[in-house]
Amino acid sequence: MVDTIFRPFRSSEAERSDRSAGDRLRHRQKIRESIRENIADIIAEESIIGKSRDRVIKVPIRGIREYRFVYGDNIPGVGQGDGTSQPGQVVGANGQDGEGPGAEKAGDRPGVDYYETDVTLEDLIDIMFEDLDLPDLERKALRQLEAPRASKRRGYRQVGIRIRLDKHRTVKSRIKRKFAAERRRRAADDTNPIDAARDAALEASAETALTAPGADAPAAPPPARRFPFHVDDLVYRHVTTQMRRESNAVVICIMDTSGSMDTMKKYLARSFFFLLYQFICTKYRSVEIVFISHHTEASEVGEDEFFHKGESGGTFISSGYQKALDIIAERYHPSLWNVYAFHCSDGDNFDSDNTAALKAAHELADICNLFGYGEIKPLGSRYYESSMLNIFRRLDADNFQTVLIERKEDIWPSFRAFLAKDKEQD
Amino acid sequence: MASWSLDDLAYWDAKIRAQVDALGLDCYPQEFELCNHNDMLAYMAYSGIPSHYPHWSYGKSFEKLRTLYEYGLSGLPYEMVINSNPALAYLMRDNSLCLQVLTIAHVYGHNDFFKNNFTFKSTRAEFTIGTFKAHAERVRAYMEDPSIGADKVESILDAAHALSLQRRRNLAVKKLSPEEERRAMLRNAQAVHDPFKSIHRRPDYIEPDLQKVPLSPEPDILLFIRDHNPYLANWERDLLSIVDEEARYFIPQIETKIMNEGWASWVHREIMNAIELPQELHLEFLVRHNQVVRPTPGGINPYHLGLKVWTDLKRRFDEPTADELREHGTPAKTGMQKLLEVRETDRDQSFLRRFLTEELMREMDLFEYEPKGDDLVISKVADEHGWRAVKEQLIRSIGMGGIPVIRIEDADFGHKRTLYLTHDHDDRDLQLENGEKTLGYLYRLWGREVVLETVLAGKRTLLTFNDRGFSAKTLK
Repeated sequence: MVDTIFRPFRSSEAERSDRSAGDRLRHRQKIRESIRENIADIIAEESIIGKSRDRVIKVPIRGIREYRFVYGDNIPGVGQGDGTSQPGQVVGANGQDGEGPGAEKAGDRPGVDYYETDVTLEDLIDIMFEDLDLPDLERKALRQLEAPRASKRRGYRQVGIRIRLDKHRTVKSRIKRKFAAERRRRAADDTNPIDAARDAALEASAETALTAPGADAPAAPPPARRFPFHVDDLVYRHVTTQMRRESNAVVICIMDTSGSMDTMKKYLARSFFFLLYQFICTKYRSVEIVFISHHTEASEVGEDEFFHKGESGGTFISSGYQKALDIIAERYHPSLWNVYAFHCSDGDNFDSDNTAALKAAHELADICNLFGYGEIKPLGSRYYESSMLNIFRRLDADNFQTVLIERKEDIWPSFRAFLAKDKEQD
Repeated sequence: MASWSLDDLAYWDAKIRAQVDALGLDCYPQEFELCNHNDMLAYMAYSGIPSHYPHWSYGKSFEKLRTLYEYGLSGLPYEMVINSNPALAYLMRDNSLCLQVLTIAHVYGHNDFFKNNFTFKSTRAEFTIGTFKAHAERVRAYMEDPSIGADKVESILDAAHALSLQRRRNLAVKKLSPEEERRAMLRNAQAVHDPFKSIHRRPDYIEPDLQKVPLSPEPDILLFIRDHNPYLANWERDLLSIVDEEARYFIPQIETKIMNEGWASWVHREIMNAIELPQELHLEFLVRHNQVVRPTPGGINPYHLGLKVWTDLKRRFDEPTADELREHGTPAKTGMQKLLEVRETDRDQSFLRRFLTEELMREMDLFEYEPKGDDLVISKVADEHGWRAVKEQLIRSIGMGGIPVIRIEDADFGHKRTLYLTHDHDDRDLQLENGEKTLGYLYRLWGREVVLETVLAGKRTLLTFNDRGFSAKTLK
């Protein structure tokens, strides 16, 4: 038998070659895709509503599974006991996705991979909105806000800071100069030796051009064939900061906080606005947001109050719209601003207010780019409560959109529907 | 750094090898490579193969192993051996000297098993490393080919991986060529010679259908698709071959898990007891050894079960009890001779069928459990009424027994090039979600409708996957 070989550990090699890196990356990409596909379920989970953006949340996702033909869950197995096993004893719980009894069973059946992945809310929101574009907001000429945008390369310069030195172009221009100088010398050699000598002198001065300022310049003359860089060779990338014209937009969130909005309805409404709010923050830099909550009276509230405070009382939808109209008239004139208004309510309006509400809605639709109304009717309550959807049917403005939200799974589709409406207009 | 040097390892290795020879083991040349825990995780994720083709599932496996390891839910194996010639094994750099010595002895057990067990004969150990490397290079080349690209390669690999274990299991049985199969069919169709044919009614001659594809039910799904789907590109065919070849390489290890681990544990125990370890090493050895081979409550630890059966087998030949003498007579072989013979000729299913005795089962308190409502309930224990059933259940669930047998029946079902498969149902139903997805992969590779006939909840069912997606239909 040949001698056994022991190969020692080489740390350099171990650190250099991480061959699983590519496969791990691909796996993570697939997880991200999976989160994106199931985003509607994930955001329907209560836990993300109203949390701060940098908070890490655990998102349960089905792992990226590898499927094979396998036996079902209802098959018997064999285990080992401690010597006291009797028929009828319970040895484990069934239905744990294929896991047998005992904590560390030798695994003759594949389990279901169920991950909890840590993502920050911000990441999640990014994923959510990746394939969703908020409308190009209609441009209004005056008072556009300018937001600095990422720097952009704009051509090349001969001066610049060191870090923007373009080595490739620098070397290229040196080579060009070298060829030119050689051709010239050859031509000069043929005709006039004096010119040649002058060229040589010029070249020598060029050599010192770069090395002269440095104190540690080599004392010995460089080898004859060397053709050094000249200041003229240096090429720098030129970078400009672009100003992007942002549209001037204001989003008005109007929520019904009357007594008929029970916990479930409020939760659905808040979820919807939460999405809207996060979306706007993600996609636009200079957008102003106004929160209005109303019962029989409307008031402008802060973000925190809007998402967390409950109220009670009757419902005058018109009050919320009127407040919005007032605020628009006061601060966001429609000729200067793109106005987006969204209203969530359970539609249980006080009958006498309906005419006023419809009128105010008309006015709002006239001055807004988009006006949305979301009616929140948890399943079952829909049949005996009055609905604004019927009344708003009479409002046939192009930029008016109504949706019905019956359960938390509807939030994401209806959210998309709102935005789709706006896209159609474009 | 650990408190040992390579010279220490070489010193103990020489002692161990003397014992290996004394036991009569027959090993490939052995190479050990020291690695850190990250390398070990990577080797585990890639089934030990140093150069494996890339696929995200290995990244997943790595992440899973690392998470389990980092949260302390599972330790790392002390070693990892590859069935190759020379045998390649990895040792964890941070382990103690005792663990290294134990591991080296254990590795020689695996090495001997790889070289001698009949299931490994077809794995061509001398080419293992080179083959995997060539596979990796080919897969990478396809991924880098601008006309193919990583996404298409991944899509084929995903599908092929799902079906890779749907292949013939017993590699010792020769696969007939179509010509041989045709001849065998004609031969079988001949009437058997009957000396009393004048008084017997002649059996009807059933003409064999030689036009059918496949001639007889075909378990090698990937290879069949490779050879019979005319619309596959060459690179797609090559990927199917690569995945199938890899599955063929690993099937012997699946089929001999209990024997192999039991054998290596038995070998290391014999060796460690024979090489006169200093006392402190010996005490640590006892602790470590028991950690490895202790039974898993409620489950089956292949190390424990294997070691038990090997130990008992040797005892029956060296020191038979009076009962055994009466029943089987005086053994003709020594225990060691018998062990060496069995490690060549058996795989887990035959090994347990032949050598797992009623007494042993009772000693280990093996039981069968069944799901009942939300609980798993013991249905049978290894008493005189139940032990046979428990043993049958065990044999059925180990090795490739855990993989449903599915064969291609007809590649042109209904003259529509529909692929018709049947599941060999043995009271174990298929898991439907997996079935659906895997059929989807099969459809992707076959390119036409695929139909799987199986039994669900006692009723014959057709699972179909075609351009309209998945459907299940119960037959009357």
